[in-house]
Amino acid sequence: MVAIRVADLHKHYGEIHAVDGVSFSVGEGEVYALLGENGAGKSTTVEILEGHRRATSGTATVLGHDPTDADRELRDRIGVVLQSSGVEGEFTVREVVELYSSVYRTRRGLDEVVGLVGLDDQVDQRVGSLSGGQRRRVDLALGIVGRPDVLFLDEPTTGFDPAARRRSWDLVESLCDDGVTVLLTTHYLDEAERLADRVGVLAAGRLIAEGTPAELIEGISGTVVSFMLPESVAPADAAATLGAVLGAEVRVSGRLVEATVDRPTSTVHRATGWALDQGIELEGLTVKRASLEDVYLQLVERAAAP
Amino acid sequence: MSDFPSNASMVVRQTRYQVKFFSRVPVALFFTLALPLIMLFLFNALFGDHDVVTDQGSWPVRQFYTGGLAAYTAVSATYSNLANMVPIRRDEGVLKRWRSTPLPTWGYIAGFVWSAIVIALAGVVVMLTVGVVLYDLSIDWMKMPAAFVTFLVGVGSFAALGMAVAAMIKTASSASAVANATILPLAFISDVFVVTDDAPSFLTTIGNLFPLKPFVNAFQDCFNPLVDGWAFDWQALVFIAAWGALGSVVAVKKFRWEPSGAEPRGRRARRAATT
Repeated sequence: MVAIRVADLHKHYGEIHAVDGVSFSVGEGEVYALLGENGAGKSTTVEILEGHRRATSGTATVLGHDPTDADRELRDRIGVVLQSSGVEGEFTVREVVELYSSVYRTRRGLDEVVGLVGLDDQVDQRVGSLSGGQRRRVDLALGIVGRPDVLFLDEPTTGFDPAARRRSWDLVESLCDDGVTVLLTTHYLDEAERLADRVGVLAAGRLIAEGTPAELIEGISGTVVSFMLPESVAPADAAATLGAVLGAEVRVSGRLVEATVDRPTSTVHRATGWALDQGIELEGLTVKRASLEDVYLQLVERAAAP
Repeated sequence: MSDFPSNASMVVRQTRYQVKFFSRVPVALFFTLALPLIMLFLFNALFGDHDVVTDQGSWPVRQFYTGGLAAYTAVSATYSNLANMVPIRRDEGVLKRWRSTPLPTWGYIAGFVWSAIVIALAGVVVMLTVGVVLYDLSIDWMKMPAAFVTFLVGVGSFAALGMAVAAMIKTASSASAVANATILPLAFISDVFVVTDDAPSFLTTIGNLFPLKPFVNAFQDCFNPLVDGWAFDWQALVFIAAWGALGSVVAVKKFRWEPSGAEPRGRRARRAATT
């Protein structure tokens, strides 16, 4: 069964195509991650599915319903954690959970909800007095209080400390065990890699790649050779100079030089040969399998190239 | 799967929630409930002991403004309160969050409006009680049905107008300014603070165009010993209700859930244009 279906979705603001022909579908019980930079169209896509925005054209259905009708039956079955949305800061965690749960047909109890998101100790604190990360957990709590079949998580762990992130990953995984379908947006590749069954990469409003994290890594990948930029090379010339030395396309960010290559042995040989000729040491020389992050950077670069 | 909660229980819960919320915002409490009371104390201290002498008898002047101040309290609890709070809640994203839940739109709005009416009722009752207990305000029970009906028509209409203005206000930061800038000057020419018969005629005309003056006068008449009978002012009530109907239409048509600036416009457009 398909829980979410998006077909040739467009959202235009005048000349700007925030979403420009996106299609994907998410099966029941699946975790699907939309990955992309700010402005890539992730939130716009999700907000159309949540019923907050109207698409310019194309179709979007959630559990077989058109979300723009915002009908009550559908909203009873979805949980939404918006990227940024307020919650009544003058109320305690207990009060907001009880208040929001009261409008659903099936609910989780207070103890269960605060236990799941890890706010047991803050139940009687006012939401306004919580830290940013704790407030984000309140968002999460209110997203799951109605026992949703489909959960939308728009950058759910932004602002979390590492322990809290892990904890909310565990939460999402335990929800999945209950058969909840999750559509997640994130910048964090480790988050997508850990949680998602499938990943869709968005750039400039288009879906530029889709697959399981493993498939994406397999499909493009290669091996990443990296080292720190030697002082003898000016940062401005680094890409050209080192590109010629390595015989591969080179990415330079700060002092980090990276090349993703299919035949790392020869690349490493060229790099070390050049360094010996120059009489310099290649600081931080590393050879590793491409991660989802490298795949992502390559994809985005490729999509931006004319 | 159980059913959705009944409409009645939903509205009661939403109303309770909004009243509780209101009670925890000190600035709202002060401006809505405390400030009119402070005015009552000041008015009484300044000229409460003067008497109004007519051929039908003589009454302390406070008999002629306590009702007006009570009406103003009702307006500040509905119109000013809603025009202030709704845009703030909208910009915080609270409205958007509720939009994601199965609570129907009307259910949320009903909670807002009923809470304003409950707060208005509390404010008016406190004001009149203080008037009776501390300042010998005399209550003519025969006129209380008219006072109650006038109150209901007034708060219903001013709540609708508050929602309409809230829908037209762009950002939360301008909400309080707009709410006060519209109601305070109008109050001065609507017989709330000062009643004069020799105001410039254009001010009288402006006052007559808006619903505040008819409401204040109709409510004050229910405490005016010079007014005979039941004190129903049907003409004023129809006029106020007409404004309320207009407010409802605008409020329903223009109501927004989204915080201001949520739809990408200027910035994203510019960035795209430069790349």
